[in-house]
Amino acid sequence: MTEPNAQELKFEEALARLEEIVRLLEQGESTLDESLTLFEEGVKLARFCSNKLDEAEGKIEIMIKEGQIQPLEVAEE
Amino acid sequence: MQPITVSELTRMISSALADPVFQNLAVIGEVSNFVHHSSGHMYFSLKDAHSRIKAVMFRSRNRLLKFLPKNGDTVIAVGSVGVYEPNGEYQLYVEVLFPQGIGELHLAFEQLKAKLEAEGLFDPARKKPLPLLPRRVGVITSPSGAALRDILHVLTRRHPGVNVLVFPALVQGEEAPASLRHALELAQGTDCDVLIIGRGGGSFEELSAFNDEQLARAIAQSAIPVVSAVGHETDFTIADFVADLRAPTPSAAAELVVPLQSELRAAVGSYGVRLAAALRRKIGAERRFLAQLTKSAALKRPDFMVNQLRQRVDDLVTSLGLHTTHNLALRRSRLGTFAGKLETLSPLKTLARGYAICSDEEGRVLRSAEQVSSGDAVNVTLYQGRLVCRVEGRVLHDGA
Repeated sequence: MTEPNAQELKFEEALARLEEIVRLLEQGESTLDESLTLFEEGVKLARFCSNKLDEAEGKIEIMIKEGQIQPLEVAEE
Repeated sequence: MQPITVSELTRMISSALADPVFQNLAVIGEVSNFVHHSSGHMYFSLKDAHSRIKAVMFRSRNRLLKFLPKNGDTVIAVGSVGVYEPNGEYQLYVEVLFPQGIGELHLAFEQLKAKLEAEGLFDPARKKPLPLLPRRVGVITSPSGAALRDILHVLTRRHPGVNVLVFPALVQGEEAPASLRHALELAQGTDCDVLIIGRGGGSFEELSAFNDEQLARAIAQSAIPVVSAVGHETDFTIADFVADLRAPTPSAAAELVVPLQSELRAAVGSYGVRLAAALRRKIGAERRFLAQLTKSAALKRPDFMVNQLRQRVDDLVTSLGLHTTHNLALRRSRLGTFAGKLETLSPLKTLARGYAICSDEEGRVLRSAEQVSSGDAVNVTLYQGRLVCRVEGRVLHDGA
């Protein structure tokens, strides 16, 4: 399979495919070769999902006017 | 003075009341003598301290009523004045009726809701799904409102890494609908993949910007899924109906839009664990299968297998050899017999014993004296050599 592409692959798609792969592997009906391929794909997807979750930019911004964005200071209660 | 008939007078009054002044009036008054007739029509009077007017609301109109009027209710009746000619009574033909206090905003709300619903704008089939993990959440609201603070608080609590872009908008007053629409339009050009549009609680009038028809259409046309978050749980606006998802409050919208990062992380982690476990199981199973194969005689002692095969080959070769030899002997013996037979048939042997073969000049073997005449040349073949002779005479019937 191709490397999951951050631009193309959505998080939920990756998670759904990962779920499917886990199910396929757990059924154990694939050949060893297929299992290894699935496992490899699954590991990549898990890493992709994990990375997505860790993408902790945490940018809070405000659009003053069209195309003009600046950070927004949030006062915590 | 020429008298006119009652009917003529009534028709004159009737046409005088057809004047636009008496059409499409909103009249406020108290309901009395209310009768909901078995025909379905409603007959009642509207009165105030000094006056009273008869009113009728036909079944086709009153079946849309959201409430049942009763005597003593102060209501606003929208309709036209006309004459009921048989009785010579003028009365109010009511088109729309709502209790006092529920103003025109409510009326407009119900009408717009019915209209947009009929257009299919609330159809669940056209609602867009929300992303599970949004790249960037767009928030359209007042930058100074409590709603924004609540939303940001919940968003960052659930997923500290979430990116948020706020689109400031007026959320009440006359300019609010246009301001909200503008913000929604700005959001379309960004990488936000989900939008929250809303404000905190307020009176019906304060929330009315979210009942704007143009705003409703803009929400319906948004390429980005929109979550409405207007006021409190009990407040419903047109924006709520047309949005892809209605959140009861701004905080709830934030909860709906962003997953708990910890939950998702746990989910991904558990998939990883199950993935590894499943593969281990698979390899274990394959290994056991392999072990079973290794235990079989063939793989355990490969030479045994080879020796067995070798023996079989030997057997085959031996039996093949036997067959060949046997065949050969048989053929040889049969050849001997044929050769003996051939020998006995050979004329050479006969000639050797002293016989001779006599043939005419054409080489035909002579068996009878009649085949030749006296003076004919004949050849006599002996065991060794040949005689060329001439027939001297013939004896045809020798008893030899």
